[in-house]
Amino acid sequence: MRMLPILTRLAWRYLWRNHRRTLIMTGAIAIGAWAMIFMTALSRGMVDQMIHDGISILPGHVQLHNPEYIDDPSILNRVALDDGQLAERFDDAGFIAWASRVKVPAIVTSERESRGVTLLGIDPAAEENLSFVNYGEVEGRFLDGPDDSGIVLGAKLANTLETEVGKRVVLMSQDPDNDIADRGFRVVGLFRASMPAYEDGFVFVGKHTAQKMLRIGAATTEVVFLGDDYRNVEPVFEKVVAAVDDSVLVRRWYEVDTYLGTMLRVMDGFVLIWVVVIFLALSFGLVNTLVMAVFERVREIGLMMALGMKPGAILGQIIIESMLLLAVGLAIGDLLAWLSIQPIKDGLDISAVAKGMEMMGASSVLYPKLYLQDVVLANVVVMTLGFFASLSPAWRASRYEPVEAITKV
Amino acid sequence: MSIVLRLAWRNLWRHARRTWLTIGAMVFSNVLLVFMISLQFGMYGLMIDNTLHVFSGHLQVQAPGYNDDQKMRQVVPDIQNLADTLRFELGTDEVAARGWAFGLASSEERSYGIGIYGVEPDYEPRVSNIPGLVIEGRYLGDNAAAEIVIGTILARNLRVSVGDELTLLGSGVDGSFAAAVVEIVGIFDSGVKDIDRNIAEMPLAAFQDIFYMNGAGHQIAMFTDSLLGVPEFQNRVNALLGQDSNLVTVDWDELQPGLKQAIQADMSSAFFMYFILVVLVAFSVLNTQLMSVLERTHEFGIVMALGLKAGRLGRLVMLETAMMGFLGLLLGAIAGAIVTSWFTTNGLAIPGMDEMAAQFNLPAKMYPQVNLLTMFVGPAVVFLFTLFAAIYPALRLHKLQVIEAMRSN
Repeated sequence: MRMLPILTRLAWRYLWRNHRRTLIMTGAIAIGAWAMIFMTALSRGMVDQMIHDGISILPGHVQLHNPEYIDDPSILNRVALDDGQLAERFDDAGFIAWASRVKVPAIVTSERESRGVTLLGIDPAAEENLSFVNYGEVEGRFLDGPDDSGIVLGAKLANTLETEVGKRVVLMSQDPDNDIADRGFRVVGLFRASMPAYEDGFVFVGKHTAQKMLRIGAATTEVVFLGDDYRNVEPVFEKVVAAVDDSVLVRRWYEVDTYLGTMLRVMDGFVLIWVVVIFLALSFGLVNTLVMAVFERVREIGLMMALGMKPGAILGQIIIESMLLLAVGLAIGDLLAWLSIQPIKDGLDISAVAKGMEMMGASSVLYPKLYLQDVVLANVVVMTLGFFASLSPAWRASRYEPVEAITKV
Repeated sequence: MSIVLRLAWRNLWRHARRTWLTIGAMVFSNVLLVFMISLQFGMYGLMIDNTLHVFSGHLQVQAPGYNDDQKMRQVVPDIQNLADTLRFELGTDEVAARGWAFGLASSEERSYGIGIYGVEPDYEPRVSNIPGLVIEGRYLGDNAAAEIVIGTILARNLRVSVGDELTLLGSGVDGSFAAAVVEIVGIFDSGVKDIDRNIAEMPLAAFQDIFYMNGAGHQIAMFTDSLLGVPEFQNRVNALLGQDSNLVTVDWDELQPGLKQAIQADMSSAFFMYFILVVLVAFSVLNTQLMSVLERTHEFGIVMALGLKAGRLGRLVMLETAMMGFLGLLLGAIAGAIVTSWFTTNGLAIPGMDEMAAQFNLPAKMYPQVNLLTMFVGPAVVFLFTLFAAIYPALRLHKLQVIEAMRSN
């Protein structure tokens, strides 16, 4: 260990003895590191956005249903807790937001057309932080309370139905006795969503209005809870589970939408594979550089050993050389990645392939997300694997016989 | 073998380890490229094929505007006759007429809004996969029978099985009230949740009867031999429809705008990754060749003093690079093909990917196919970049000062 400062200095100087080779290798490492981080940031941004959008449509990080509702999303499978009972359990539990809602399949009919939709009976005040609809941007107005008798449709759906704010539509669904439950609503607002499919598929009405129409008293079909981090929903999950009994099923968002859950896991796997692949492509050049560096100075190595330097010190010197090379390359790559993300931080418009992104469940603006953990992962993986890759050339260098090495031409 | 070739070959093996490491970098990238490109193109092919074989087909005849709005009154009049004519004139049976309506399907216990296709039982199996996916009961038979096939999820949600009756409610093309009782004869399982949950098919004549279509329908789906033949096919169909017909043809890209774009989005991110890989290999080659030129300064000086021109030496360096690159190309392409072939027989299943695959109408297990194109396109690009990388070392020879070079060691 005493030798460390001097070995480092030696390694640094050796590195710049053949500055062309070092510059080329540094360049390769920098490009590799840049690609690792930049690509990861783009993909992370895409998945984050997908999950953000997905959770806002679910919505919430944790949901509570009647266990039967999962396979049979009908009004028969309700949550029997009324507003008072829910408030008593969840108001002081410290969630960012929570809301109970009525969510059932329904048919909306204008004088021209009918379409199948998902009816959401909500309390707008409770859902303000949960909803994918920005209340302020609604054409007309959003619902003003759970007793509102109006309906809010997606702009695209309204277009298909040939209806508009102020006109009337009829909602049809089924009540608990399998009789048709229907009711006329005045369209009070049209919302827009980042995903056209949302605009087509959801209609909002007041929660109490929906309960009356469906003849279900004060019952709802789901309760949703929002915590502060979608990656860590356990605290929220545990609090909800503690507050209810076995008659309801509590699920985390990635259990509700398994596609999104898979997406997140696949993404984590992809980042690691990508980093390792890039490293492997780099490793050939790295080992080559070290082999050359050792080859060029076999005689010097022999001399140092003849003068009493231990094989361990030679080994250390080569490894330090490799680590320095990687560190410089990584530093430049990290900087490049950071710089290249700056101009597109506020969103990269990829609307040219918007429909394709929609198929994947992503929206058409990409917001790169540079996570410290990804940068650390890339750097740590490269340094660790780089260490192992340089072991072989370094080991060979430390095994020379001094006399043979000195006399080598 | 000419002397130059022999010289180049021997120079290459002066530093066997370095050469193999450089070739190793090429082989690594090439194996990856062959495998990924084979997988990718196989996937795109399947994705297009499976998606188009759900409902769209290569081409559809529709009323103008129907593709965007799907309104009930945007009809193709006398659709069965038109379909017969097209079948006869085009000489193919891969032509099927359909009607589409939205309706409420009620069983004894449940009601759901669904999309109902009226199809020609004789021809639908030739343009769509759905008839072949019936897992219980049978597909439709008689064109006028009051029968229906529905998806598995819908059957579960409605709590019905083969032999039960469904009540359909909806509105006819003229806005009048449409109702009918039909018998469930089959249940299909497409694996796509949205389709299994929302879609039912019944015979076209019965459909026209229920929804007061008066002989009209909404779309004629057609297939030609290949995607590439679609524009020409479209011209033929347009000619058959005639100038004054009030109908339009819509090709697969317009029917499924997400499809091409999803492929484009996926391709651009894949190409970015491939490009980085190729660039890293090029750096590796640049490094190796620069080293190999620099370490031969002394001998290059001598041969130039003997009268050899720098240009010829440069060509020698290029030839060495080409030999190395060619080895990398050959070994990489062969190894890549072997790796890929293993997956061709055994299939590639990424754990947890089934759900993502289903989103794009893909099976859970992928069988990448190697052909000459996918085997050589990646390695060929790597080869080109390899040559490109050797230009700088080769050009450096022109700067060589003969006397100085001879003195250097």
